Amino acid sequence: MVRVLISVPKRVKRGEAFDVKLLISHPMESGQRRDAMGEAIPRDIINSFVCTYNDDEVLRADLFPAIAANPFLSFAVTAEQSGTLTMTFIDDHGVVQTETASVTVE
Amino acid sequence: MMRRRFLVLTGSGLIVPLAPMHPARATPVQVAALIAELVGDATLRDERVKLDLPVMVENGNSVGMTVSVDAALGDVRSIDVFAEGNPLPHVLRVRFGPRAGAPRIATRIRLATSQTVTAVAKLADGSCWRDRVDLLVTLAACID
Amino acid sequence: MIWRLAFATMLVLAAADKRSGYQDASPETRAMQDDDASNPGFLWVQQGETLWAERTGNAGRSCADCHASIRGVAARYPVFDARLGRPITLAQRIQQCRVERQGAGPLAPDSDALLGLTAYVGLQSRGMPIQVSIDGPARPFYEAGKALFETRQGQFNLSCAQCHDGLAGQRLAGSVIPQGHPNGYPEYRLEWQGMGSLERRIRNCMIGVRAEPFAADSPELADLELYLGWRANGLDVETPAVRP
Ligand code: HEC
Ligand code: HEC
Repeated sequence: MVRVLISVPKRVKRGEAFDVKLLISHPMESGQRRDAMGEAIPRDIINSFVCTYNDDEVLRADLFPAIAANPFLSFAVTAEQSGTLTMTFIDDHGVVQTETASVTVE
Repeated sequence: MMRRRFLVLTGSGLIVPLAPMHPARATPVQVAALIAELVGDATLRDERVKLDLPVMVENGNSVGMTVSVDAALGDVRSIDVFAEGNPLPHVLRVRFGPRAGAPRIATRIRLATSQTVTAVAKLADGSCWRDRVDLLVTLAACID
Repeated sequence: MIWRLAFATMLVLAAADKRSGYQDASPETRAMQDDDASNPGFLWVQQGETLWAERTGNAGRSCADCHASIRGVAARYPVFDARLGRPITLAQRIQQCRVERQGAGPLAPDSDALLGLTAYVGLQSRGMPIQVSIDGPARPFYEAGKALFETRQGQFNLSCAQCHDGLAGQRLAGSVIPQGHPNGYPEYRLEWQGMGSLERRIRNCMIGVRAEPFAADSPELADLELYLGWRANGLDVETPAVRP
């Protein structure tokens, strides 16, 4: 489990786009570096990210080693009714982690 | 992107860093091939995509980037970003679903060196659009 | 060499001339620090907040059990510790509570857990001016720290003061030489791709001039930090800051 910070507005207007920001504590080891002994450090990144809102997709992203350590993602969402944002990401070991945030539409 | 640098004091009292060790880099030709594959038969036009990146980068380890497309959300198939000066040039691919609020994504990327970054958007009608930014990556001075 | 002459008189920064490293950072880096939702340092703050509330050790007590508020504390550190008879840093004080009052093992220096707790405590002083005291028994340690700051060291034979008093504001390679203040620590450094302590930062600068860095938890480091703290008095705490 990696640490995740999700920020969404407390309340949003029906049908109006709002911004979501996400930070994930992950080294995004690019596979391009060598350690002090000269050994290649194996690649270890989050390679896939999907965000859904009440089962409808918001966006999906393929992430490559050029994404900075402790990845930051920000994008816009629209909601017609209150519900749950679900963010799922997968790392190079196939570990799947899911985080949620609730959204109140008024 | 291992970057180990040391300060060097020259005879004139100036301090300059030694050049970092550069790993293999992609080339503009490689990136052009990747983009050609993505674009297929469509023509690539320099409009409708906005790639926001600073032109002077303080540290290539983390560079804030926003890509947005001037098109209806449902029309945007994908956004791809390529960094031709990185060892692995493909940076990001994004596809939007029905609940996206705008065809826009912001993130932070690594840039191994000064270079040109290209964003390509593919629309549902097959048309492809592009924006490019040339940027200068400076070096941090003291590291461990 | 002209620069030798310029360094002959050591400058003491007047309050008005004090400049946080924030002001020397690029607009993009400053924006990253300004927005808590996009400042990666908050990933560590979040971990620290969890640890703050966690009951642990033989005593089974959490930090929160004993400390209703820790506001303003970080702005005063390092402080003179009467029992030890020398100055200690905020991280050392936290370790002290962990070992002596929680009955838990010490956290590894520069571990995410210790950085997290220190950042969480530091955040409770964000926006408050640094007020480090060098009165009374702290004085000789301040003098020792000042002397270290002004001593030339390493293969390049440069003192901290030569860069951070004498050359502050000028460019070294790509980066502006800041005044070298401790007001943002622990801080997220882009070069580290992570969070780090003031000790790590000082180690970086010492390696930069090819000097043997002071050992973690050495008295030299605490003395130097006491001097840095006093020198930064009046600057706002920015923890968790973001720097290139
Ligand atoms: C059993 C109670 C207890 C626990 C548990 C405890 N502390 Fe303390 N802490 C104290 C006492 C008592 C002091 C000393 C207060 C003084 O000297 O003014 C202190 C002092 C401190 C100080 C310095 C305050 C100052 O004004 O200089 C800090 C910072 C601190 N603790 C942080 C922590 C953290 C972080 C934890 C959890 C890892 C923790 N403490 C756990 C009792 C506790
Ligand atoms: C050769 C010049 C030079 C010397 C000598 C030097 N530094 Fe630095 N220092 C820098 C530069 C340049 C930076 C800015 C960061 C960077 O490397 O890009 C910095 C950053 C710092 C910072 C971080 C400030 C912030 O806002 O986070 C501190 C603290 C610091 N130095 C302390 C010291 C101490 C203590 C010494 C002596 C042991 C020292 N430095 C010696 C050049 C120097």
